[in-house]
Amino acid sequence: MTTFLKLIKNPLGLIGLVLLVFFIVIGILAPVLAPPAWENEPYRIPRDGYSSVPKPPSPEHPFGTAEGQYDIYYGIVWGTRTAWTVSLIVVGISALVGIVIGSVAAFYGGVLDEVLMRITDIFYAFPFLVGAMVLTTILGRGLTNVMVALVVLGWMGYARLIRGDILQIREADYVQAARAAGANSLRLILRHILPNAIWPVVVQGTMSMGSIVITAAALSFLGVGAPLGYADWGQLISYARNWILGLYGNPLAYWYVVIYPSIAITLFCLSWNLVGDALRDILDPRLRGSR
Amino acid sequence: MLAYIIRRLLMLPVVVLGCIILVFAVMQLLSPYERLSIYCSNPAELKNIDFDVLIERYGLNDPIYSQFADWFWNVMHGELGWSQSAARPVMGAFMRFMPVSAELALWSALPIILGGIWLGSLSAVKHNKPIDHITRIFAITGWSLPTFVAGLLGLFLFYGILGWFPPGQLGLGASAIVRSSQFVNYTGIITLDAVLNWNWYVFGDALRHLVLPVFTLAYVSWALLLRVTRASMLETLRQDYVTTARAKGLEEKVVIKKHARRNALIPTITIAGVTVAFLFNGLVITETIFDFHGLGRWAARAAQTFDLPALLGYLLFNGVLIVFANLIVDVMYAYIDPRVRLE
Repeated sequence: MTTFLKLIKNPLGLIGLVLLVFFIVIGILAPVLAPPAWENEPYRIPRDGYSSVPKPPSPEHPFGTAEGQYDIYYGIVWGTRTAWTVSLIVVGISALVGIVIGSVAAFYGGVLDEVLMRITDIFYAFPFLVGAMVLTTILGRGLTNVMVALVVLGWMGYARLIRGDILQIREADYVQAARAAGANSLRLILRHILPNAIWPVVVQGTMSMGSIVITAAALSFLGVGAPLGYADWGQLISYARNWILGLYGNPLAYWYVVIYPSIAITLFCLSWNLVGDALRDILDPRLRGSR
Repeated sequence: MLAYIIRRLLMLPVVVLGCIILVFAVMQLLSPYERLSIYCSNPAELKNIDFDVLIERYGLNDPIYSQFADWFWNVMHGELGWSQSAARPVMGAFMRFMPVSAELALWSALPIILGGIWLGSLSAVKHNKPIDHITRIFAITGWSLPTFVAGLLGLFLFYGILGWFPPGQLGLGASAIVRSSQFVNYTGIITLDAVLNWNWYVFGDALRHLVLPVFTLAYVSWALLLRVTRASMLETLRQDYVTTARAKGLEEKVVIKKHARRNALIPTITIAGVTVAFLFNGLVITETIFDFHGLGRWAARAAQTFDLPALLGYLLFNGVLIVFANLIVDVMYAYIDPRVRLE
């Protein structure tokens, strides 16, 4: 609880939290804010015709329409849900996988530790976006496959972190005391070691919520992520690519196709990064006392 | 020191082998028919022939260990199949696209490293002062801005509205000069070739086209370096030897530059490998947006057109290069920090 209070007192952290609440509200209220055109397929962006030239904001389409007459406002509102789904599922599962692998490596040590850590090294050798791009291409287009690819390439950071923390905490006096008191391995890990080693993982998870959304959107931008017409911020920005130059004499003619989706994705990542940054400053004992 | 380097070098083949196994494992997700394209180095081979004959010839229905042996043999000989999207063998495509990416990467490396370190240590020295907050906001917005958004906004502002920095690698005039017979292509890296040819018009034009992609790459990469440098500099500034240096009456400038910053740079070096990986991710996006015909754009196009040999080849290339980058980092680390050597 004190952590939460400190987070609220930190101005940048507070801004981040407020923005996150804003995005949660938009995600929850999506069906009210933008009623779906098809009951069973709320993530399909409604189209108003098939012309490729974007149309400026109007009462019907508050943010205008993108290339192919996709409604930008609808895409942004439902894209918020997509962003939440992707980031929560990917960060949750990769953190879980990483925690299990890292704890096993740290606790059993020896050959098992060496093997698991070398496997981690090998997975680390592939750039995140490039690896995810190759994997999604092979698995096939679609949001589920994007999430699978991001988990496969995203667990290693958590494994390394938790392993390092456990190795340090294992030698701490209170753990030795619990061991001497007769606690078994499982109790030691779950009750004494993990609760103390978990904080850096929480910070890491917070910081990667934003980058997961960025990578997923980048895949859609490149045309290997979400299917065509799916409510996804990256997809909306990819529709903007051909229209950033505007018209002769009026360079700002199509500003809305670039600006609205860019603001949505940047604010979402910014809010997570602000919260993560503030959390790390609060939880990092080395920086305590300097303020 | 030597023992340490040898130990690291011995781990290298293991990790590289791991990368090859992993790429092979990804290949197993495909049917033998799809995998066929990764083994054929010549599209003519695929015409007017029964695919089952080819699958038999390349042993794609053999037990997995013998398939792996074949694939390993191919990789070792640089035979990675035919890239449909580049219309040439994968190795040939590498050679062709490499200089373009290398040019972008080399030009970005300098501002990323120097800028990141300078801003990071400035932020730490002025801890909690306005300049610290500005730098941190600058870094955190860069970290939150997706590369493709940064690139598009850059084009929107500096090309669409102001008309200063056009996309593409060269303008029409300069590109005609580069293709003409008077211009000798020594390396394929245009800025370098222009200097070697003593052609300053081409050099200037190439530079003008590099500004936006380089700035995009740098802006999204600065955050990481800046953060690590700042954190480590803050810690170093609180060390006893820095206090001692100040107590001796040394100038603050000398204390910061000679005593604090040099030691604070050690953690910064360890993330150099991560920065290289970052650059590869960034290249895919920036080259696509700014229309640079390099490795990254080739990989993106390969993904769009289901050009598997190109994708797997690129993945393998990235993996091996990053493993080497990490090795260099580790060796440098041991050279700079005596504590690592003594372990």
